[in-house]
Amino acid sequence: MQREAVISVRGVRNQFGRQVIHDGLDLDIHRGEVLGIVGGSGTGKSVLLRTILGLNKPAEGRIQLFGQMRGEMTSAQERAVERRWGVLFQDGALFSSLTVAQNIQVSLREHLHLPQYLMDEIAAVKIALVGLPPEAGPKYPSELSGGMRKRAGLARALALDPEVVFLDEPTAGLDPIGAAAFDDLIKNLQATLGLTVFMVTHDLDSLYAICDRIAVLAEKRVLVTGTIDELMQHAHPWIKEYFHGPRGRAAVAAKERNAQA
Amino acid sequence: MSDHTAESGTWLDVSEDASSLLLRPLGDWVVTHSADIDADLQTVDAYGRHSATFDLSHLGRLDTAGAWLIHRTRRTLERAGASVTIAGATVPQATLLNAVARGDKPVFPEPHVGNIFTNLVVRMGHALEEAGKTTREIVGFMGLVLETLFKTMLNPKRLRVTSTAYHMEQTGLNAVPIVCMITFLIGAVMAYQGAEQLRRFGAEVFAVNLVAAGFLREIGILLTAIMVAGRSGSAFTAQIGSMKLREEIDAMRTMGLDPVEVLVLPRVISLIIMVPVLGFIAAMMGMLGGGLVLWLELGMSPGMYIERLYEAADFWDGAVAFVKAPFFGLMIGLIGCFEGLKVEGSAESVGQRTTASVVEGIFTVIVVDAIFSILFLKLGI
Repeated sequence: MQREAVISVRGVRNQFGRQVIHDGLDLDIHRGEVLGIVGGSGTGKSVLLRTILGLNKPAEGRIQLFGQMRGEMTSAQERAVERRWGVLFQDGALFSSLTVAQNIQVSLREHLHLPQYLMDEIAAVKIALVGLPPEAGPKYPSELSGGMRKRAGLARALALDPEVVFLDEPTAGLDPIGAAAFDDLIKNLQATLGLTVFMVTHDLDSLYAICDRIAVLAEKRVLVTGTIDELMQHAHPWIKEYFHGPRGRAAVAAKERNAQA
Repeated sequence: MSDHTAESGTWLDVSEDASSLLLRPLGDWVVTHSADIDADLQTVDAYGRHSATFDLSHLGRLDTAGAWLIHRTRRTLERAGASVTIAGATVPQATLLNAVARGDKPVFPEPHVGNIFTNLVVRMGHALEEAGKTTREIVGFMGLVLETLFKTMLNPKRLRVTSTAYHMEQTGLNAVPIVCMITFLIGAVMAYQGAEQLRRFGAEVFAVNLVAAGFLREIGILLTAIMVAGRSGSAFTAQIGSMKLREEIDAMRTMGLDPVEVLVLPRVISLIIMVPVLGFIAAMMGMLGGGLVLWLELGMSPGMYIERLYEAADFWDGAVAFVKAPFFGLMIGLIGCFEGLKVEGSAESVGQRTTASVVEGIFTVIVVDAIFSILFLKLGI
């Protein structure tokens, strides 16, 4: 079945000085899926994310966003594209001088002209959607725990009801209970809001729990994409090591336990 | 955003009779249209209805903002005593409506603020308390730094020589051009203005005394200290503050390194040494600027100028500045480092602390200068 690719990356080459990070990298993100990106340290997962978001200009290659080619868009079209996605940076990247509710309202304020009470109501809905208590609204990011900051960052990413959300290591730095809760949250939001999720992660439990498809970054490109079961069968040594190493086996065991329970 | 057929003002089709209401949302109920949809919904009169129905079968897309508006209207109608049913929702729409209904808890977007007059008094109280606390803490910090300084003097091997030399270059050598330029210009301006005023009494030659006494005793060193506070005090705060934010200071402590010894002492020592040096350069440049103006304006030859300088100033005029200078350096360095160590939380805090460091630095320099003036006056120097 041919699925609609909301974002497609073709032949991207990234290099810093003489160090080549990506060469001939292809990747499709399909509508409505949760795509996990894995790869060893230094394989350029974050660089790929930044390249798609336009924070990093590739040396070569084409990136198609919602059917439009990056580089051929007017700045108005680019802004329109930016309104269709939301990004959760690693530590939330919340604006430290604004409260959580004000952080959520930033893009509402910037892109739309809404009355203040309506923005407050929308912020309240988003805060509840990501599972934060209402008391978190008037707090500043420095007053929140790491897990709450991530949830607040996610609420900000969802402010304009984007079609695609990008998550950069959403469960890094969370305790296992917090990480599992965050996985559930992403899964629920994805089902409720019909999101497409692009997730850079190292967390094997997240991969098992919520990803429909996984792309493995190695050898400067996307080595292989597939469901987790397909990747388990793959013969590439790094992939074997990754999924059949001690942590990989533990995650499989956990999943099987969950399935029986 | 996808196109929509509904014009503004027609997001909602309302049909009503005496007791019941049928609301039919039209078009895409998404956040981009939410202000218009909200305005349409405000016109719905909830009073006296027994029942109301939302018919979603003509609705286009629905997002959380749209779902919120439907939920809010339902809530208002229900509070007015109507029974509300929602018909024609697809499964995803119903899921979204449920999720939004669960999230119906009011949130205050800003921390609670009270009456502005009480706030004013409260803020004044806080500011005073804060100022008192800061003063106490700075005195405490000064004690800590001086203690560390004496310990280091007893065991000079512990002094970070490389770091101290680096900061001497940064705060001293690199500041020479700007200090020279500013004091040269101020010296020239002082001589010119002084000569202009004294000419009325036919005493314009005494402009030399003005420049000599002013620059040797006060202005040279004061200008230097103010510039160093702005240049280096702020840099210390920003450097140490960003290290504090990245937990580098904590890392240092866990490894048994004393931040006062490693970070504060080299900076403070470099200023104690470099402020007098810069002050000397400043005094020289000020007198050079003054001399140049007097030569061009009054035709006073350089030889004559120097001769008059000797008459106008004695040894103590110069020495006074060099007694004060190390204390200025000490205070600027202490305050810069102290404010840096007080940074916490966010990047904004670095900015606030840097401002505080410059303001407190300059203020302290002037207070210390005043204390010395009184002291020298009593001593008759």
